[in-house]
Amino acid sequence: MVENNLAVKKLREKFSVSILEVKTFRDETTVLVAKKDILGICQFLSSDPDLQFNLLTDLCGVDFLPEKPRFEIVYHLCSLKNNQRLRIKTRVEENETMPSVESIWKVANWYEREVYDLFGIVFENHPDLRRILLWDGYQGHPLRKDYPTEGPDFDKPFVPEV
Amino acid sequence: MTINMGPQHPATHGVLRVVLELDGEVIVKATPHIGHLHRGIEKLAESRTYHQSIPFTDRLDYTNAMGNNLAYVLAVEKLLGIEVPKRAQYLRVMMAELQRIAAHLIWLGTHVLDIGATTPIFYTFREREDILRIFEEVAGGRLTPTYLRIGGVAKDLPEGIDKAIQSFTKMFPDRVKEYETLLTQNVIWMKRTKEVGVISKEDAINWGVTGPTLRGSGVKYDVRKAFPYSSYEEFDFEIPIGSVGDVYDRYIVRLREMEWSNSIVRQAMERLPKGPILADDPRVVLPPKERVLQDIDALIRHFKIVSEGFRPPKGEVYASVEASKGELGFYIVSDGSNKPYRFRIRTPSFANLSALPKMIEGSLIADVISTIGSIDIVLGEIDR
Amino acid sequence: MVASMATWDIARFGSEVFRPSPRQADLMIVAGTLTKKMAPMVKRIYEQMPEPKWVIAYGACACSGGIFKTYSVVQGVDQILPVDFYVPGCPPKPEALLAALVKLQKKIEKESLADRKDLRIQSHLEREEESHG
Repeated sequence: MVENNLAVKKLREKFSVSILEVKTFRDETTVLVAKKDILGICQFLSSDPDLQFNLLTDLCGVDFLPEKPRFEIVYHLCSLKNNQRLRIKTRVEENETMPSVESIWKVANWYEREVYDLFGIVFENHPDLRRILLWDGYQGHPLRKDYPTEGPDFDKPFVPEV
Repeated sequence: MTINMGPQHPATHGVLRVVLELDGEVIVKATPHIGHLHRGIEKLAESRTYHQSIPFTDRLDYTNAMGNNLAYVLAVEKLLGIEVPKRAQYLRVMMAELQRIAAHLIWLGTHVLDIGATTPIFYTFREREDILRIFEEVAGGRLTPTYLRIGGVAKDLPEGIDKAIQSFTKMFPDRVKEYETLLTQNVIWMKRTKEVGVISKEDAINWGVTGPTLRGSGVKYDVRKAFPYSSYEEFDFEIPIGSVGDVYDRYIVRLREMEWSNSIVRQAMERLPKGPILADDPRVVLPPKERVLQDIDALIRHFKIVSEGFRPPKGEVYASVEASKGELGFYIVSDGSNKPYRFRIRTPSFANLSALPKMIEGSLIADVISTIGSIDIVLGEIDR
Repeated sequence: MVASMATWDIARFGSEVFRPSPRQADLMIVAGTLTKKMAPMVKRIYEQMPEPKWVIAYGACACSGGIFKTYSVVQGVDQILPVDFYVPGCPPKPEALLAALVKLQKKIEKESLADRKDLRIQSHLEREEESHG
């Protein structure tokens, strides 16, 4: 059933070494790829005339502490021409950098800033990597699993710096 | 010259800060700064059960609460693999479309108020009061109804509400004509909105824009037609699109969408099937209150579901709906426990706002207000 | 916003004018969640308001942080500002806002200088007490 998916077939033809795993769950196809080829794969998926995954719906991170590699970056792609969705995942370790896909889909600019803000993953070749949801002097990356929900200083009264 | 359109500003629709670099009156560079309403909902939901996270979704885009509920509940139902009864699906469609009309009414009122017309906002809020009164009868809340549940809806429609909904759908098209007579051919309106905030088709897709902002640029992408959910394929409606991609086109698209939503509500009301409103899955769905007060097994089930929740299978899903602002999606990763492992919300206003610099660079300051209003952002959704 | 519309017309209580500038305002209504990123700006706006000034904390999040007990939410506006009225609810109905305004107007009629919560008055009164006592 999974092999009927044109995108998966083409990916397997072109990047057979980088495809680590293909899964289908509830009619959704997920492809786990190696980090070093993510830029090439995304470029191929967005520019190939049959596939045309031109809408990057979402780019987010997931923290799988204590597994190694710790973080997973998930790309949700959508092809407006074929009305098809695809999920690409890749794993990155804690102090490694990720290539940025901002050159392919401009919307990744803000999504990657958000992943950097909340997880601490640095993206190479990003034009403007700084915090987006929290303020500039903030210490820590809240969405990591070892960060408390209430924040590290929840029992101290809050004093804003004016 | 650099000026700051600060976070506290009457026309930025929430706490949005835009730093504008100007050359005279022409904008050379625009940088939006967000995060002033970041509440950490994604982190908070990781420590709540699936049922307990439903009220969070109301507070994301507070003008489109029913739609947000629908997106989340669809994602969890997809993860669990349960089937929702037809009556509940029709009720969900009806509520979501009424909510879409209410959200577009707020947009219309505030957008024209920013540009300078002070009358239409009173009219649109008058219509919105009717819708909110319907919501209050049906769900108990005006702005945060939290009406949907995993597996269906919370309560069935009360007696007599069908008359209220029918009278609303009957009088609404005339009201839309009222707004049109005030604005559509108005010379001042056209001068302030035509050729303003233009974004081309390819740019809009590349910048991840969805919803009426994308459709104003001529792309016919609507999640209700592309990836239908909750029985939308059984309803008869069209997707209005624009051509140029300016503020005027988005205004026309949203007006037409209001009319089509009204028609969908009428169709849903006419063809509402009879049947149960909650799925028949004892692990997930709460038993009816009368049984809880009499049978011990219903009481135990109620207790377990409320305190512990249910354990979905391990896996990940992405489910999206067409919210009033664009494509709202939930990406939920489950590790088999009763709390979600990752609760990711893909909100339309985040991507739409990231395209703002593209739309306003090279235009005048006064156009910034019209453009921000036409993208229709809600900061609760962007910052989460 | 809806409190100023036709159904609940706030203008009949004399509160028609919503001024965007703090320098012309008497009353600040903090509505919605106050985050730590926004708190310095709210404090600056409060200090820009000329006295006499009053603060209404509108909504559960402004009163006490609401349902958001997270790393980025201030648990109540009263952590950074003196608040005169708390309007609970999520969201509070427009009638609640009108009730709070009417009660505030009654309170202002009857209050003495010592009841006021603006900070400069308080510290001025404390200095007076010290010099007298």
